[in-house]
Amino acid sequence: MSNSGKIILTSPVQTGRFGRLLGALCEPGDVIGLGGDLGAGKTALTQAIAAGAGVDPAEYVNSPSFALLHEYHGRIPFYHMDFYRLHGADDVVALGLDEYLYRSGIAVVEWYERAESVFPDSTLFVDLDIVDAGRRFARLRSGALSWKQRIEQLTDRLAGTPDKP
Amino acid sequence: MITLGIESSCDDTAAAVLDDDDTIRANVVSGQDTIHARFGGVVPELASRRHMEAITVVVDEALRRAALDLRDIDLIAATQGPGLIGSLLVGFSYAKALAFTTGRPFVGVDHMAGHLLSAFLEPVKPCFPYLALIVSGGTTALFRVDDFFTFTLLGRTRDDAAGEAFDKVARLLGIGYPGGPAISRYARQGDAERFVLPRAWLEEGSLDFSFSGLKTAVLNQYRQIGDHRDDRLLADLCASFEQAVVDVLVSKSLLAAKQLAVSSLVLGGGVSANTALRTILTDRCRAAGLQLYLPAVQHCTDNAAMIAFAGRKWLQQKGPGSWSDDVFSRSQLGQVSQTFR
Repeated sequence: MSNSGKIILTSPVQTGRFGRLLGALCEPGDVIGLGGDLGAGKTALTQAIAAGAGVDPAEYVNSPSFALLHEYHGRIPFYHMDFYRLHGADDVVALGLDEYLYRSGIAVVEWYERAESVFPDSTLFVDLDIVDAGRRFARLRSGALSWKQRIEQLTDRLAGTPDKP
Repeated sequence: MITLGIESSCDDTAAAVLDDDDTIRANVVSGQDTIHARFGGVVPELASRRHMEAITVVVDEALRRAALDLRDIDLIAATQGPGLIGSLLVGFSYAKALAFTTGRPFVGVDHMAGHLLSAFLEPVKPCFPYLALIVSGGTTALFRVDDFFTFTLLGRTRDDAAGEAFDKVARLLGIGYPGGPAISRYARQGDAERFVLPRAWLEEGSLDFSFSGLKTAVLNQYRQIGDHRDDRLLADLCASFEQAVVDVLVSKSLLAAKQLAVSSLVLGGGVSANTALRTILTDRCRAAGLQLYLPAVQHCTDNAAMIAFAGRKWLQQKGPGSWSDDVFSRSQLGQVSQTFR
């Protein structure tokens, strides 16, 4: 496997496991771009990544579609952004949201497709394809080798015994 | 005391002038829906620039409508947070600059406190304590309000806000922007019993909300219908969706009133313009013996009159802000100290 991968998520529960494992593997400075249609499960996945990254469960990680940015304080700062309402890189820069992609926290961005050019090379992109009501296909890719090993770990762990919810 | 309120935390720039007896002498909001409709959603890039372009025009217009000069203003109140730093800074810095040049005091206000107190802009004022249901594009939350400074967060959305659900479902169904009015237009012609859609009640007794699953359920229904889509189906789906949202909002509010033994409820936020919500909330509050306060739509949506009102109360209680005060992106209102700011 290279620094890309495909994972079938057979239920929302498994999407949750995938997100928590991914969050646990995150390091300061990581950027994750989430793609996929409305209802694909981007916010649900972000919630699981945040939980895995150590964001306090008492802090609800809810949708930043209108506010554009929500900040959380976990093991490391967690920046949850949503480009749903934006129309390209100019919007992102005009609002100063690009700065959060270069901080020493974890940045998770929904609707990265709206402004893909603002993302650093080291970004992990996760595209969620809707298969049917409960199932999703997660396509992972990154230009950075730092994600290669982590994607392999993630795939192995996801195939192994279920962790505690 | 005459208060000038300034609000720039969201997509609109707003300014208002409030008299000491709470008479609104001017309430100006830079309406942007006509520009945004062309893009199928609110466009913050435009909004961000517009704050800077609009602030002087909007404040001057508020003073003109109030037939006052800047020298007649005794207090300047501006939204300090929560929101995007860049947008907040436009209004907050402008307020500081006005205060500096006129020698008048200024105060920073939490945007949510403005919403929670907006019912005081109406002729009939609510009595403390009351519950407040705030429903907008970015917020869906229930608060207990004990006085002008004491707010307790009782429940909030765990995923999508109700207004966001309206917007995204309208986008899914391809029926236009803004989503709320578009859904309601279809829903009026539709049968709300046609589609069985989920209500997320969450744990027993929970006052939290969740609308993400409902959005996905609409998506699944819409995909199932496939090629058989027509206006009838669309209307029925919109009606069933609107009913599901309103049902949860109203039921949770009534549950909160029962749990806390509070007998007054105040509605706020942009979604309070929704006719179905107003009608059903009115009926069910009457049946439950609750006193309901429905502020006028222009006081429920983002506006600066509510900021002026909350700011004046804040000054009386805590004194003026300092030059070193800064804007904040996240609100702790109702969560930590349970008091204002």
